[in-house]
Amino acid sequence: MNAGTADLLEARDLARSYTVRRGLLGRPTLVRAVDGVSLTVARGETLGLVGESGCGKSTTARLVLGIEPTDTGSVTFDGGAMPRSGTAAWAHLRRRMQMVYQDPLAALDRRLTVGVQIAEPLDIHRIGTAAEREERVAAVMAEVGLQPHHAARHPQSLSGGQRQRAVIARALVTNPELLVCDEPISALDVSIQALVLNLLGDLQERLKMGMLFVSHDLRAVRQISQRVAVMYLGRIVEEGDPDAVLHDPAHPYTQALVSAIPHPGKTTTRVILQGDPPNPANRPTGCAFHPRCPVATPTCRTQAPELKPRRSDGRRVACHVAHGEAAAARAPASLETC
Amino acid sequence: MLHYLLSRLLRAAVSIIMVVTFVFVVLRMSGDPAMVIMGADAPPEAIDAFRKAWGLDQPLWIQYFSFFEAIFSGELGRSMRDGRDVLSVVLERVPSTLALTVPAFLVNLVVGVPAGVYAALHRNSLIDRCVMVMAVTGFAVPSFILAMLLVLIFSVNLGWLPSAGQDSWLNAILPIATMGFGGAALLARFTRSAMLEVLGQPYIRTASAKGLPWSAVVWRHALQNAAIPTITIIGFMLGGLVAGAVVVESVFSWPGVGRLLVISVANRDLGVVQAIVLMIAITMVAANMIVDVLYGLVDPRMHGQARPARR
Amino acid sequence: MAFVEIQNLSVAFGRSPALRGINLAVERGEAVGLVGESGCGKSITWLAALGLLPSLATVRGSVRIDGTEILGAPKARLEPVRGGRIAMIFQDPAASLNPVHRIGRQIGEALGLHRGMTGERAKAEVIRLMDQVGIPDAKNRINAYPHELSGGQNQRVMIAMALAGQPELLVADEPTTALDVTIQAQILDLLTTLRRDTGMALVLISHDLGVVSETCSRIAVMYAGRIVEEAPSGQIFTHPNHPYTRGLMGALPPLSGARHRLVAIPGSVPEAAQMPQGCAFAPRCSAATGRCTEVDPVPLPLTQDHSAACIHARPYAQAGQPLHHHAATTRERAMQ
Ligand SMILES: Nc1ncnc2c1ncn2[C@@H]1O[C@H](COP(=O)(O)OP(=O)(O)OP(=O)(O)O)[C@@H](O)[C@H]1O
Ligand SMILES: Nc1ncnc2c1ncn2[C@@H]1O[C@H](COP(=O)(O)OP(=O)(O)OP(=O)(O)O)[C@@H](O)[C@H]1O
Ligand code: SF4
Ligand code: SF4
Ligand SMILES: [Mg+2]
Ligand SMILES: [Mg+2]
Repeated sequence: MNAGTADLLEARDLARSYTVRRGLLGRPTLVRAVDGVSLTVARGETLGLVGESGCGKSTTARLVLGIEPTDTGSVTFDGGAMPRSGTAAWAHLRRRMQMVYQDPLAALDRRLTVGVQIAEPLDIHRIGTAAEREERVAAVMAEVGLQPHHAARHPQSLSGGQRQRAVIARALVTNPELLVCDEPISALDVSIQALVLNLLGDLQERLKMGMLFVSHDLRAVRQISQRVAVMYLGRIVEEGDPDAVLHDPAHPYTQALVSAIPHPGKTTTRVILQGDPPNPANRPTGCAFHPRCPVATPTCRTQAPELKPRRSDGRRVACHVAHGEAAAARAPASLETC
Repeated sequence: MLHYLLSRLLRAAVSIIMVVTFVFVVLRMSGDPAMVIMGADAPPEAIDAFRKAWGLDQPLWIQYFSFFEAIFSGELGRSMRDGRDVLSVVLERVPSTLALTVPAFLVNLVVGVPAGVYAALHRNSLIDRCVMVMAVTGFAVPSFILAMLLVLIFSVNLGWLPSAGQDSWLNAILPIATMGFGGAALLARFTRSAMLEVLGQPYIRTASAKGLPWSAVVWRHALQNAAIPTITIIGFMLGGLVAGAVVVESVFSWPGVGRLLVISVANRDLGVVQAIVLMIAITMVAANMIVDVLYGLVDPRMHGQARPARR
Repeated sequence: MAFVEIQNLSVAFGRSPALRGINLAVERGEAVGLVGESGCGKSITWLAALGLLPSLATVRGSVRIDGTEILGAPKARLEPVRGGRIAMIFQDPAASLNPVHRIGRQIGEALGLHRGMTGERAKAEVIRLMDQVGIPDAKNRINAYPHELSGGQNQRVMIAMALAGQPELLVADEPTTALDVTIQAQILDLLTTLRRDTGMALVLISHDLGVVSETCSRIAVMYAGRIVEEAPSGQIFTHPNHPYTRGLMGALPPLSGARHRLVAIPGSVPEAAQMPQGCAFAPRCSAATGRCTEVDPVPLPLTQDHSAACIHARPYAQAGQPLHHHAATTRERAMQ
């Protein structure tokens, strides 16, 4: 298809707003869920996507797979433009790109057994004979730690983690080239998390699968990703090597995020974010983080910082202070801790 | 919302055009009206004159376009049988048909929905089983057989009710019962399964866990959700009412639109048949639109979207 | 007497047991963490206690609240308990919210039921609750439907809904899985504050060992339908005793240092219908010996407040305390 160097997935300037109307005649307001996100995923690479709840991660995930149309921006998959959702070309591509949805119970059909649902992508794309499909389903179930007898169960009679594994198995059954995971391990105990993370890592190596890994679990993100992007209110504010971002966060939001990671057996000092969580229907001017930013400067209120490499080490970050373009109002050391 | 309504309207218009075209073609392919009406042994000049008078000598596509022109000008032509205006021939039968279909539809709703809800709430109880047996019977037995059975029991054996004609309101009871039962059975079955599906949903458990009494869980949380799939089936039924009347009116010799249709088809009275089919198509499409609007009202996920393809 | 006391609770679906005798007590104002293998019965325990399981489940044992039995109690006794005395936050928030009702109404319902609030007062309280759990723009968002919210926002709606009834015990089943760590920290702080201010007890079911250790004073570890280890949260991380608990700790991905392949506990949970003889963990246990497949281990005390159900667990001395003699002697007796 394309030269081997091209990225498997390339998204440029994605934006998506929702019109929310209160009542049938109410005044419509615009919720800007995703507001100019660009990202790439290469074959065999994982991009971790983290960020505040409600900042648009799930929306981004749906946009890059074409499950939802973008308002502006474009998506390229394996060198070709992403076809419109619902078209035959798109349906055909779905075999090569799968999604693990955030809420397993809502993503599964409660009238069908999970065995049937895991086999569904194989049936839709007519892959293999009936016997081969059965064998493939059994194999993928075992890989995610489900037992054979779970296949005959309906989603509501499985535990939360068993359901989540069913959703993962369904996404993996066609050996996709691109996997978009939205909180794929949130309902799993650490031992099974380890199993699934190892499995995903192996698949990446073996099949050169590319992954967009949305998660709040920063340990898991570090474990599986080669790059991590941090989102805040519909935009990416920092991007870089996971170790670098987690150990030396450049953006003040990332700093707060990292400081809040809980550690078993320890009580940590964390930066508690002051101020109200952001409202995507009413985006603050300038840097969207400025009402809560402990080091905000007057510039921040008026000028939106651009996501660009930092001069010192090339870390991509969108913050005036991190770029040294504005002096911090207060030293970061005076971050309020508790 | 406006965009939504407009797109619905456009789709409705397209469906109606397709149905009418289909009827137009089928009617013209299945026999020569001139022959049927004038009789096969009529003199050829007479038949030719008839053809000319009705435009049947024109090429098919010209007939087709003049037909549409007629529809849009509200001028549906004259009955080939007696030369009266088609529209008035059909319209004068409409009240009779409404006298059957409206009460029958009410019976469908008033019996079918509560029976289905009750059965679902008391799953596997005696009443549930009775409802299911009735529902399966009502679904499996064609309405003309049911009609005959009712006639046999209530008119022939018991002599309580008349079996044909339109002499008093008593004549309406058996036809309404026939249509009412069939629809109620169908609706009960669908309501029951929709309700069972909803009662197993996690949000029902959430409502119980809040401490809501069971009756409030059912009224406030289950019914509205169960209404979503049920509305589809009610829409189907609404659209199918006139079509259902065709069979029932024939069996009971009820002088409604349905019977007129049967007679007109037999007589190849093209104008009348086309007018009735157009009317049936419009009711079906209108029913579908009502469903779409109701959907939007009942299911907030639909605001500004098309109805989802449900598996 | 503990506030809520679960004794010998067992649940079976048909012939396969899901819970095999749970004993757990929660004191007023206490925070207990419940961790364990996915599918081991954490959610079922509390669904059973509140009578929320489907009717095909057979439930045995006893669940008392302030001494009053609620297992199998009539509706009139159960309804005020649900949401009022014991509230539950469910896993899978998006599916657990009614899709056709506005979220404000769903939260407000509990206010009307348990606190007699209606109309404007209820609305103001709903907005306060939503603010409290950090949902931005609460004034407008009360009119939103669940599908218009993100996963984490729905999860916070669930939390607000559970808090609306001012429960005496909050059972939070994975309440922060869809929240980023900063909001998670805010929510956990909120729960801790409520506990301190109102004396609300908390049962926190979570896979995140960091979360439970920061929030809870006591932790119970479950495996295959039983509690296999129970200890104050400090001790469970310094002295994990049951091999399953130790396996869990070892599987945690590190935050720093070289990335290595994670160590999952080998094998999988035995199928419920075919529990092996002896210890249920034996087929996967690296410390298993011959006796493990013969004796079904019961929880035995290791220190004053640490117990484990493993025949090879040994009492240990805690800093400042001698070896727990009582523990040692009961063990000896049990071993014979
Ligand atoms: N309706 C049911 N029918 C049969 N088995 C069931 C049913 N509901 C739950 N189970 C089984 O009971 C066991 C315990 O389920 P439970 O939901 O309590 O697990 P859990 O500990 O909460 O797990 P997770 O952390 O994955 O949510 C699981 O193995 C599950 O498959
Ligand atoms: N259908 C919709 N209508 C209106 N607003 C929506 C809709 N879907 C999402 N939103 C809003 O868009 C924003 C982004 O949502 P999204 O689900 O992408 O967040 P997220 O980053 O995945 O959050 P989380 O981590 O909580 O899952 C949220 O503020 C949400 O309320
Ligand atoms: S640009 Fe200003 S307000 Fe925004 S994060 Fe940087 S310092 Fe804070
Ligand atoms: S009793 Fe034996 S098998 Fe069970 S946990 Fe202890 S050592 Fe392992
Ligand atoms: Mg999300
Ligand atoms: Mg659970």
